[in-house]
Amino acid sequence: MGNASIWGRIRQSEAASGLALVSPTAIYAILLLAAPLATVFLYSFAASEQGRIVWDFSFDNYIKIWTAPNVQLILLRSLTVSMSVTLATVLLAYPVAYFVSFHVPASKKSIWLFLITIPFWTSYIIRVFLWKGIILGYNGVINTVLMGIGITDEPLQAINYNAGAMIMTLAHAYAPFAILPIFVALEKIDRSLLEAGQDLGESRLLTFWRVTLPLSMPGVIAAVLIVFIPTIGDYVTPDLIGGGKVPMIANMIEVQMLKQNNKALGSAIAVTTMLIVCIVSIVFLLLNRRFLRAQK
Amino acid sequence: MTFSSDKPNMIEFKDVHKYYGDYHALRGITATIKAGEFFSLLGPSGCGKTTLLRTIAGFEGISSGAVLIDGKSMENVPANVRPTNMVFQSYAIFPHMTVGENVGFGLRKDPRSKAEKAAAVEEALAMVGLKGYGGRAAHALSGGQRQRVALARALILKPKVLLLDEPLSALDKKMREHMQVELIKLQRQVGITFILVTHDQEEALVMSDRIAVMFEGEIAQLADPETLYRKPASRKVADFIGTMNFLPAKILSEAGGKAEVETPGFGRFTLDVEDQITGKPSEGGPTVGFRPETLTILFDGQTAPDHESPATITEVVYYGDMTYYDIKLDGSDEPLRLSMRNVFGRPVLDIGTRTRVAWAPGALVLFR
Repeated sequence: MGNASIWGRIRQSEAASGLALVSPTAIYAILLLAAPLATVFLYSFAASEQGRIVWDFSFDNYIKIWTAPNVQLILLRSLTVSMSVTLATVLLAYPVAYFVSFHVPASKKSIWLFLITIPFWTSYIIRVFLWKGIILGYNGVINTVLMGIGITDEPLQAINYNAGAMIMTLAHAYAPFAILPIFVALEKIDRSLLEAGQDLGESRLLTFWRVTLPLSMPGVIAAVLIVFIPTIGDYVTPDLIGGGKVPMIANMIEVQMLKQNNKALGSAIAVTTMLIVCIVSIVFLLLNRRFLRAQK
Repeated sequence: MTFSSDKPNMIEFKDVHKYYGDYHALRGITATIKAGEFFSLLGPSGCGKTTLLRTIAGFEGISSGAVLIDGKSMENVPANVRPTNMVFQSYAIFPHMTVGENVGFGLRKDPRSKAEKAAAVEEALAMVGLKGYGGRAAHALSGGQRQRVALARALILKPKVLLLDEPLSALDKKMREHMQVELIKLQRQVGITFILVTHDQEEALVMSDRIAVMFEGEIAQLADPETLYRKPASRKVADFIGTMNFLPAKILSEAGGKAEVETPGFGRFTLDVEDQITGKPSEGGPTVGFRPETLTILFDGQTAPDHESPATITEVVYYGDMTYYDIKLDGSDEPLRLSMRNVFGRPVLDIGTRTRVAWAPGALVLFR
């Protein structure tokens, strides 16, 4: 009776069934996310000798990174590029989200959202090649048009293999990620609040500024983080659009990890990058914390 | 509950029509609302009462006709410059602001100093019984408190007209009755024209100086509560406001301002044409209507001051202070509702009891 009742209790307990339900996901998360992260973190304090990890705890890797001017330059470039991408994406996404939420009839909203997500149907690599080859490239649309109407005689260098081209490509790729959370935040706004704003004497523009914008800030904040965090670690775009001439931090990690076979240094750069992303995100969240207070 | 009609006009509707595509939402509304009046728009959902209110606020354009506020046409006048403020059905309290910021929202362009504005906010909060709530987060308020904030936020701007869109429908019964009285007091205190939209006939009767009853985009009757209750303009209005009994009637003769009328159960009696006959001729023929409280059960030894008819009790509903009886008059199959106050010593009768009921021709209305 004793054993049976214990098993019975375990089977009936909510905690046990809850754990059983989340365990596949939990195991997946631990094996494929937490474990590699911990490994990288441990590697960053070790040393690499001819491609092998030597367990010799020290801060040498970090000291090397923080004193190397080229690492600083590339880190700064990564931050600038991803912040520019974030700014461009969110500024361009907001009007789209606003239009869909406020000016598209309710029955057509889902088809609009569907159309917005169409870029996701193709792989990112293919989209990058489209930008590179068709739009920005030497024989791309822009150069062909410019040369065709006689504005330039030879292909423009300025639109390829530089940070500007990277920002353009990334902003396009991440647009839906920014549009969707802003759209959701705008959808949640009670429309009578906007009428109340006008009823209390404010124009449409000032009602937007005083009511709509602050109430949609949770969506904007989400959009900023969703775009900023992955773009700072982007690795394909600098390689393809930047042509390897403007490497970002992820390219540097790749070089250390795979080409130089210096896993320890690569891990330290990775941990440093994560730390910077964390700090920037936390500062950003703190600056905007008044918009994130409980709103019901 | 009378309202002097010599006050100036505050709102004038002149043959207002509103179409949504093919749907004719407002069908020629013509009415005048006086300055300082507590006016109600009453009707079932979909009758156009909220649409009409929103044409005053400026949230809804009109297809034809004119809306005037204080003598000025509101054509092309946007909502933010109209001399009206609204208490929304959802209260529309800004969730990202404190109570004080909500109440002070409309004061941005006010030339007064910051301290003076803060004092005005505090005063407005005190007026609605929320003194000291200014610093609280708006999203943490209860339903009743939200409504008070919405009121303070509108009244602080001293509008000429305060529009209330079903402001009490989200509150529980006790709170609703309490707020009805508070709103009446507040309106007397500030003297602003209040226009209330409601589907609750009792609420409209309790609160209003005058009521416009609306059906299907038209005003069916515009009158003070007493007239509305005692002499509804049609069977539809009578049905919507309170309970009314109906008996089919025949008009035997009409002369000299008097009409000779006959109904099953009551027999023959005389009505005053001017005062007691109302409405347009209807398909079902004339009907006599009367309220449950105008019938009285006569107990042993009592005699009617006017008329009496024999009847049988078919249903008894006991409410504590009141008892409602369903009765059938001899010679009529129509079930009639009758209400008796349960004064001390008066028995509650059983189903099937034979009794006599007193009635007076003066309490009847005839719908043609």
